[in-house]
Amino acid sequence: MKGVSFTLAPGFSALLGPNGAGKSTLFALLTRLFTAPGADIQIAGHDLNKTPRKALAALGVVFQQSTLDLDLTVRQNLKYFAALHGLRGADAAARIDAALDRLDIADRAGEKVRKLNGGHRRRTEIARVLLHDPQVLLLDEPTVGLDAASRAAITHYVHALAQDGMTVLWATHLTDEIEEDDYLLILHQGEFIAEGRTGDVAVERSLKEHFLSVTGGDTP
Amino acid sequence: MSWMPALVAIVSREGLRFVHQRERFIAALVRPLVWLLVFAAGFRAALGLSITPPYQTYITYETYIVPGLCCMVLLFNGMQSSLSLVYDREMGSMRLLLTSPLPRWWLLTCKLIGSSLISIAQVYTFLLVAALFGITLPAEGYLLGFPALLLAGLMLGALGLALSSIIKQLENFAGVMNFVIFPMFFLSSALYPLWKMAESSRLLHDICAANPFTHAVELIRFALYGELNLVAFGWTLLATVVFGAAALCGYDPARGMMRSRS
Repeated sequence: MKGVSFTLAPGFSALLGPNGAGKSTLFALLTRLFTAPGADIQIAGHDLNKTPRKALAALGVVFQQSTLDLDLTVRQNLKYFAALHGLRGADAAARIDAALDRLDIADRAGEKVRKLNGGHRRRTEIARVLLHDPQVLLLDEPTVGLDAASRAAITHYVHALAQDGMTVLWATHLTDEIEEDDYLLILHQGEFIAEGRTGDVAVERSLKEHFLSVTGGDTP
Repeated sequence: MSWMPALVAIVSREGLRFVHQRERFIAALVRPLVWLLVFAAGFRAALGLSITPPYQTYITYETYIVPGLCCMVLLFNGMQSSLSLVYDREMGSMRLLLTSPLPRWWLLTCKLIGSSLISIAQVYTFLLVAALFGITLPAEGYLLGFPALLLAGLMLGALGLALSSIIKQLENFAGVMNFVIFPMFFLSSALYPLWKMAESSRLLHDICAANPFTHAVELIRFALYGELNLVAFGWTLLATVVFGAAALCGYDPARGMMRSRS
């Protein structure tokens, strides 16, 4: 990572980069899985180094690899997460019901995660990450391994969350997940090479063509 | 923010995972039983034991090794649960823990308490089976042994956690068996009293006496007979603190293992 600096406003921001561009490293730094000297990170006004717990409380993360417990039910997974954020009892139960409703998976609440397909597992993870009302949502390639329909549904859903005022950072290497009005950051070899409204970054050609030409890659 | 829900949730999750892994439970039970019913039976003839505290009478070799085997259950479980955190699918759940806004030391402590309680459930099952074969303890020992088992469980779990974060070469369980579990177990008072060890080698005796596992075994041995071995308690507590601090240091985001594995 070299001189990477950015500020996100509420709304949908896409972090676009080819594999190996440094997206996962950036996510690990943002979620304090590790820290780097000289890294200055503020989340919802809280310094991640000085007041990490306040910063983490404002943050919701969906990692690239699933962190669900396959042998537990959907509801048990959500209850566990709620407890890790200090929520329990009727309050936690009400939040869980609301989140399951919002993601249209209330009817799966009693099923073991192992029985769910990839799309429903992802939805469960997104429902879970909303339980503590985070102000900032980070998603690291959340559509990896999903079929086209689930991918579109999840992408659409998170855009809707952003429209409701949440700050979303969505990492991906797939240009079709990004909309015209999204804020776009293109990461290449540990550096930002483009930043701005998607429609303004890729003006005369499609985002996909633009992305391929600036990163010199051949992956779509 | 309330801290207690996390403790309850982490402990009950360990419990649920345990219920789902019956093979692991049976393996954990068979191991000490083989030692008790096969190894100890064969050794009984070879090894005479004189009266030594906390025993007040001559005891059979089977009776002698019961506390050591309890500790063996704790040792295997402590290593297994801590290492599974890092090496297999548990990586995801560790990320979940570490991005919780609760203090890390508290989260790791909850994890250790959870895995220790599961280990202790296995120890009691082992003691029950041993009793069915006629190898019993004083009645109050079953109750008084609990705090000692808990402390020893925390110590060994913390050691596993520290190892999982610090030593990157121990990529599989076989490595841990060879370089941690076997030396710790055999170079201790689990299988033979220290004075017996001293008869054959002074050096071996000194190594055994310095091994924290020996102190954990002795703490449990005395507790199972209703006595508190203060020296063993002190060393076990100290080792728990040291291993715990090492684990916390290993999971410190500024230097920790997540850097290489994320």
